[in-house]
Amino acid sequence: MRPFVYERATDVADALDRAGDGAVFLAGGTNLVDHLRLGVRSAERLVDITRIGLDEVEELPGGGLRVGALVRNSDLAAHPALRRGFPVVAQALLAGASGQLRNMATTGGNLLQRTRCVYFQDVTMPCTKRDPGSGCSALEGYAAGNAIFETSPRCMAVHPSDLCVALVALDAVVRTTGPAGDREIPMTELYRRAEDGPETDTHLVPGELITHVDLPPLAPGTRSAYRKVRERASYAFALVSVAAALDVVDGRVRDARLGFGGVCHRPFRARRAEEALVGGPADAAAFAAAIDAELAHARPGRDNAAKVPILRNTALAVLAGLADEGARS
Amino acid sequence: MSEPTGPTLLDPVQMGRPVGRLDGRRKVLGVAPYAVEHEAEGAAQAAMVASTVPRGRVRSIDATAARALPGVLAVLDHTNAPRVADGEDREFAPLQDDTVWFRRQPVALVVAESSEVAREAAALVAVEYDEEPAEVGLRPDSPRLYTPEKLSDGSESDTSAGDVEAALAAATHVVDETYATPYEHNNPMEPHATIATWHGEDAGLGDGPVLTLVDSTQGVHAVRSSLAPVLGIEPERLEVVAPYVGGGFGSKGAPHVNVVLAALAAKALAPRPVRLTVTRQQMFALVGYRTATIQHFRLGADADGRLTAISHDVLEQSAAIKEFVEQTGSPTRSMYAAPNRRTTHRVARLDVAIPFWMRAPGEMPGMFAHEVAMDELAHRCGLDPIELRVRNEPDVDPETGHPFGRRRLLECLRRGAERFGWEEGPRAPLSRREGDWLVGTGVASSTYPANAMPGNEATVTFEHGCYAVGIGAADIGTGSWTSLTQVTADALGVGLEQIRLGIGDTRYPSASVAGGSSGLSSWGIAITAAARAFREQHGDRPSEGASATAGMPDNPDLQEYALNSYGAHFAKVRVHADTGQIRVPRMLGVFSVGRAVNPTTLRSQFLGGMVMGLSAALFEESVRDPRFGHVVTQDLASYHVAANADVADLDAIWLDDDVETHLNPMGSRGAGEIGIVGSPAAIVNAVFDATGVRVRDLPVTADKLLAGLLPQRERDHVLGDASA
Repeated sequence: MRPFVYERATDVADALDRAGDGAVFLAGGTNLVDHLRLGVRSAERLVDITRIGLDEVEELPGGGLRVGALVRNSDLAAHPALRRGFPVVAQALLAGASGQLRNMATTGGNLLQRTRCVYFQDVTMPCTKRDPGSGCSALEGYAAGNAIFETSPRCMAVHPSDLCVALVALDAVVRTTGPAGDREIPMTELYRRAEDGPETDTHLVPGELITHVDLPPLAPGTRSAYRKVRERASYAFALVSVAAALDVVDGRVRDARLGFGGVCHRPFRARRAEEALVGGPADAAAFAAAIDAELAHARPGRDNAAKVPILRNTALAVLAGLADEGARS
Repeated sequence: MSEPTGPTLLDPVQMGRPVGRLDGRRKVLGVAPYAVEHEAEGAAQAAMVASTVPRGRVRSIDATAARALPGVLAVLDHTNAPRVADGEDREFAPLQDDTVWFRRQPVALVVAESSEVAREAAALVAVEYDEEPAEVGLRPDSPRLYTPEKLSDGSESDTSAGDVEAALAAATHVVDETYATPYEHNNPMEPHATIATWHGEDAGLGDGPVLTLVDSTQGVHAVRSSLAPVLGIEPERLEVVAPYVGGGFGSKGAPHVNVVLAALAAKALAPRPVRLTVTRQQMFALVGYRTATIQHFRLGADADGRLTAISHDVLEQSAAIKEFVEQTGSPTRSMYAAPNRRTTHRVARLDVAIPFWMRAPGEMPGMFAHEVAMDELAHRCGLDPIELRVRNEPDVDPETGHPFGRRRLLECLRRGAERFGWEEGPRAPLSRREGDWLVGTGVASSTYPANAMPGNEATVTFEHGCYAVGIGAADIGTGSWTSLTQVTADALGVGLEQIRLGIGDTRYPSASVAGGSSGLSSWGIAITAAARAFREQHGDRPSEGASATAGMPDNPDLQEYALNSYGAHFAKVRVHADTGQIRVPRMLGVFSVGRAVNPTTLRSQFLGGMVMGLSAALFEESVRDPRFGHVVTQDLASYHVAANADVADLDAIWLDDDVETHLNPMGSRGAGEIGIVGSPAAIVNAVFDATGVRVRDLPVTADKLLAGLLPQRERDHVLGDASA
């Protein structure tokens, strides 16, 4: 591990002033510090942003929420307004990591966590994401965790976050500030596809700081849920996961949101399935047809083919559960 | 032939009591130092540079950039490292030549003022190789397969009795299946670590220690006897210290290359101490692991389910650099009665890291195959799996013909069936469902040999009204500090407060390793002998400074009896019909291991073994890169061991009035390993009961179950009205 300078920013403006010249923002550090130790990345300076504010959850008019980038995962998961209006987000948060890690990890940091691909984390192996142009070791190596959607020989890694799958499904908006001013980026457009160049995960520019994540309101009566499939019961990344929100009126689907985790270089929005669902009946056959429409575009490899049936069964079970919940209320 | 005269048993007064850990307070306060935490004034820090090719030669090493880093003290490689005196064991001859035997073999060592600088400098050492073709995968058609001379337990590679092929051909019921177990890594919580201080030949008027190793080890004398010749030091002048050890599971049962590297670095930097800590990632390459196995298991039985043939053919791997042969088929030789029997082992020495002991080496993978095969046979015979085992209980050891000391397997099975609520009769797979979960139960037998290792000696000295007892034993978290104090108190006929135990240091008399579930037995034999010698020589009112030392008396019973522990595992599993996820809501183990010297620490050993069995059944797998042979799941985020949430209702009990009369004066048999033997099979058998899907390769994961589960679930989705 290379020596670095540790600095503590006092507010947002100070944090931006300290950016550049090899500086890296440090929030919860649950991923970054590991990477510094492993040599996956280095930093000249770590700018600690955990004391610049941005640590509150604000209820927006109309039922939305504005979540500060430095709200800890455990605090956000416990927030009454989130639990009431966005159970899918609370469930996704609680499905991630461990209690100790959730106490450290922040909302903004979660958005920027890097893949857990074993080759990305091993500096003695080629990895284009870590070392641009060096190739993808997972193509011919350990491939059980590889992507099945939007696959590219440039990089087979999957995005590790649970939270982001829910945020993508809900059309959350990321608010940032930086050298070029403030901007708003839909979660669905924050991340790059492997084909776009896996060296960089997001479309953020150097020195840009996430300040908030906005959750737009869901229509009244919408049910939402997150389900994560993993072999170990806790502290494991998703084999696959499903974030879903379903608005059913009179037995027909008025709105559907579906995000898949553990299957793609970015948190995956299942738009084909959503299109098939909306306007149709809320029954098992329609759900199966919709999920199959999405899965027709899956491209599993030799070691990760099981992701397809597991994802299918999980998505169907989540949709059926939401429809059932809605029908009973 | 005279009647064997076994050990004279101690009267249990302190033994049998659930005495809390005597070192518990020190552990909780954080003042019980683990190896790396020992004081070492001015210690330098070492970091290893690992090869990046699986086989070949080091062409060049450029350490210019590393040496230029402020704080770097030395960079050692095969051109400049101190020479070993005896390099025959290649594991103990690092940096002696340019040969690369496996990927991640150490090819250089950086010593620096801090561990951060040492690691950074290690990353800057540029090594070039002349790479050679490597073979890194265990394949049934590997040209490297051979028949080993001996297995690691000293037994024959192949055994045969009767005519297995004829018996199988004539059998009414046959199981003929192949089972597989994966590579697994021990992963004790405390990584391997050493502080080495080279005092030199002139130390202490020429008779002090030449080298001191503060090491994380399961046996200080094992480190001494292994490394003294390697380093060219008289054994008594190699000092090894390990008072507290944070687990080993076999991986610290002998020194590994890291200890030699620490010693060589200390010699190069003498008299400055050198601290070398193995990182979690390096533990997946340098400190041993369980080989994968491919096991062809065949059972033949008559119409009543009585075994006529048992055949166990094992394929496994070892390392090109050093042979280690797992005794996978050993337990099969003594488990059940059958007139026709055979076991074979074939091993491929691959261009990979060196396998070694991991909790119940041999018994764990071998009994997994055997006990799943028995479950398959019970299913084919239409018998309750317990009844099948009852029908095949041997009268004498099928391998040697010796009488069993006391074989209480059937009592374990029956007691467990009662406590677990086992439903008698043949299994009916796919018959229980709770919501989306398929539910099943399974059973398996367990066994582990009762071992007592030679070469133990203890000393008892009367000091300040207390008895100071010394033996170079180890407490690797098992509770030896406590249980040995209890044994000593009973051996001397005094209370615990009068005992001052000393272990974990070569200044005490020689002791065997904490391994093979033999520690308490072996050390207790010597301690009891020393205590009895003390009383004989000094009586009940000894004078200050009175002392006695004794080794292990002969025990003719060891030649006359087959001495084994037995157990029965019961498991309940739930398998999710949608995802194939498996949960284990209940496990019960019932054991016969002789006397419980300390019920608290005994139960802890059983539970720990069972959790490790659960972990092996469902999670643990070291995934090897198919091209380079190194482990890619090299941390605890990608190498999954059971988490708290995976362990639910876990219970371990043992039989009453269980006293082993042939092995040692305590009446105990050892318990460190039996909990992991058979428990994976019980879970796999329960998964079959739940789903009707028979998985024969560990770990059982969702993808292996789904193919069997899918057709059923497909019907549910099409026929069921999920939205109703």
